[in-house]
Amino acid sequence: MTPYMKAFTFAAGCLMASTALAETPALTVYAPDYFVSEWGPGPKIEELFEAECNCDLQFKPGDLLPRILLEGAQTDADVVIGLNTDVTKKARESGLFGTHGVALDGLTLPLPWSDDTFLPFNYGHTAFIYDTTKIDTPPASFEALLEAPDDLRLVIQDPRSSISGLALVLWVQSVYGDQAQEAWAKLAPKIVTVTRGWSESYGMFTDGEADMVLSYTTSPAYHIIAEEDETKKAAIFPEGHYFMVELAAKLKGTDQPELADQFMEFILSEAFQGMIATGNWSIPAALPKDQWPDGFKKLNLPEKVLFYSEDEAAAVRAEAIEAWRAALSQ
Amino acid sequence: MILAALVLAILTLGPIGAVLVRAGGLGDLAPGDLQALRFTVFQATLSGLFSVALAIPVARALARQTFWGRGLLVSLMGAPFILPVIVAVMGLLAVFGRSGLVNGALDALGLPNVNIYGLHGVVLAHVFFNLPLAVRMLLQAWLAIPAERFRLASSLGLTPWGVFCTLEWPLLRRIAPGAFAVVFVICLTSFAVALTLGGGPRATTVELAIYQAMRFDFDLGRAAVLGLVQLTLGFVAGLVALKLAPAQGFGIGRGRWVARWDGRGLARVLDFFWIGLAAAFLLAPLALVVARGVPGLLEGAGEGTWRAAGHSLMVALASTTLAVLWALPLATRRGELLSIAAIAISPLVLGTGLFLLLRPFVNPFTMALPVTAVVNALMALPFMLRILRPEAEQVARDFGRLGATLRMTPWAWLRLVWLPRLRRPLGFAMGLTAALAMGDLGVIALFADPDRATLPLQIHRLMGAYRMEAAAGAALLLLMLSFGLFWLFDRGGRVHVED
Repeated sequence: MTPYMKAFTFAAGCLMASTALAETPALTVYAPDYFVSEWGPGPKIEELFEAECNCDLQFKPGDLLPRILLEGAQTDADVVIGLNTDVTKKARESGLFGTHGVALDGLTLPLPWSDDTFLPFNYGHTAFIYDTTKIDTPPASFEALLEAPDDLRLVIQDPRSSISGLALVLWVQSVYGDQAQEAWAKLAPKIVTVTRGWSESYGMFTDGEADMVLSYTTSPAYHIIAEEDETKKAAIFPEGHYFMVELAAKLKGTDQPELADQFMEFILSEAFQGMIATGNWSIPAALPKDQWPDGFKKLNLPEKVLFYSEDEAAAVRAEAIEAWRAALSQ
Repeated sequence: MILAALVLAILTLGPIGAVLVRAGGLGDLAPGDLQALRFTVFQATLSGLFSVALAIPVARALARQTFWGRGLLVSLMGAPFILPVIVAVMGLLAVFGRSGLVNGALDALGLPNVNIYGLHGVVLAHVFFNLPLAVRMLLQAWLAIPAERFRLASSLGLTPWGVFCTLEWPLLRRIAPGAFAVVFVICLTSFAVALTLGGGPRATTVELAIYQAMRFDFDLGRAAVLGLVQLTLGFVAGLVALKLAPAQGFGIGRGRWVARWDGRGLARVLDFFWIGLAAAFLLAPLALVVARGVPGLLEGAGEGTWRAAGHSLMVALASTTLAVLWALPLATRRGELLSIAAIAISPLVLGTGLFLLLRPFVNPFTMALPVTAVVNALMALPFMLRILRPEAEQVARDFGRLGATLRMTPWAWLRLVWLPRLRRPLGFAMGLTAALAMGDLGVIALFADPDRATLPLQIHRLMGAYRMEAAAGAALLLLMLSFGLFWLFDRGGRVHVED
């Protein structure tokens, strides 16, 4: 038997093993890759939900929306978790998603939310993270960041390949509007490089290749809680920070509507909300601040939150990316 | 032969076709796409030229000098090629980055710093990845020149220039264009490396545009057009390279390793300069990858990482077996041309196309590992053929008539002539395939399965969860496993050849 055959048999075996479980109803949830790893919130969610649903919750990781759109109405997914607002317009227009029916009065987001299709479960804001042992006084505003000396080294993500990179250009767009390209031109000499995804950038920052990295206001919480390291901080700008929220939605064509509804309700329950902070290193969407883990209470959070609705974002997106591209291509 | 070629063509064109059908036709290009195309071709050309040009003195030096640890050095120098991109970039930055070793040394000497980010950084990184491949391709060919010819040259009293003209130049003309084409085509699909070391959107490649079209805009038509452009470029590069490379050969040898009589004195000093330079350039970033990974690995890799390592090993062995079976019938000029286009196909388009093709029949999630194995075999095929074909053809040329005269059966031919003569390139090619398959991440995104992650995916997940140290540890594990597989196959191929 060749190893290839072994791989095949192995795959076939797993297939049979999963069909054997089919007597208990299965809820298929598509989630981003980071979600389902052993350090993501996935395994915990599975454990908590299966305890109350008498069902088998199956996470399928990978590209979320591209895959759903490729599969169309034949998708196996019952629920999708981990979408971002910048793709919800495309998702909504696909007509594949149904209303969630969950009461939204428990939400503790910094801005009002009334979407009946996409349900938020955690949020954060874009922010530049710095190391207090290397920078005593970080720029006190976005304006100060633009005017900072050019030896301040920033690393950011590409808005064309990364969600956080896209959030950054929307952030600059919402602060500077028509002046966005000038703002980028001032930032350009400070930008060491642009990476494809968040991981590469953050790795460069922790390796000392950059002084500040585009990340989230919640990033320091990981260092505080998991590493007992309080030297990583978010620089807070009075101009405001761009709001980033992660969403879940139910597929209209689900063959498990009751289970899907139950899961959507579960997302805003205390059990889910209580673990999401340290599971996904983000702020729970429906949990008062006094119930946050201690590390999260220590975070620098912005007073002012900037946010484009999906229609606004769709309208300014091309312009915002072009301002970035033009200024950084000089 | 026809069957193997057919499978190859179906696997290359089928997925693009599937994406096109799903998109409902070709899409329009975006304004930045032409600029991206120009940059892609430019950087790939430079990367190919530099990799091959630098490989020539290094391969020549390695071919004619013997020293302690030469075999290990040759093996180790192959390692950059098999590193996952993200790991290699971190290693390169630790050496050439703003706070890297080079700038640290310059600071200490009071000299101005060098800036790695820009076109030169992209080329530097691509040379780092591909110089080992080019060196090994040339070295294989150099070692395949029957040593008797060098002896003959010496007894005829040929000057070094004479040796170069009669023996080495024909060899370079035969091997270098193909090596250039392979490096060029690999660099065509570069994305994360080009962007990170290019320093920003100036370094936008076609593959990034495909990524954007596929993942963000869900513009399959545009993705398919760009994928076709990339494929055509690769095909043309392969065609040109094969046209440039003439057939060669006179006088066969007995396939022994014989001490060379040239490369003494000043030439020896120069040879060691090149070997030292290449070794420092290739091994310093590797050493830092190892150093960064040790703490993470010592802390314990975690169960998930070990399981992922097991999956990766399985995929690697399956890919290697498949690639060998595939490559043997295709080791001809036409077969190579066909296969070279295969690496020019965008992994994203390939993954999406396969997803569309397979989905009506099987559950894609259960196919994660088999699909990865097949795709990796496909991607490794051009390397395998590039390494095998020149020597396979030469064996046929040199011994075909003798075999026919003796009325050898195909089996006897394979066992007595073909395999023993091709042992070295075959071992190298298998090692490369296995190692490449270990490090691949490309197509798995649409087929990912929570319980069947491969090691590169695991590294990605660890980094995504802020576990930078554990990720560095897993990267070291990947490096060790890839290199171990590579070394085993490569060594297996070289037994009895040099000792």
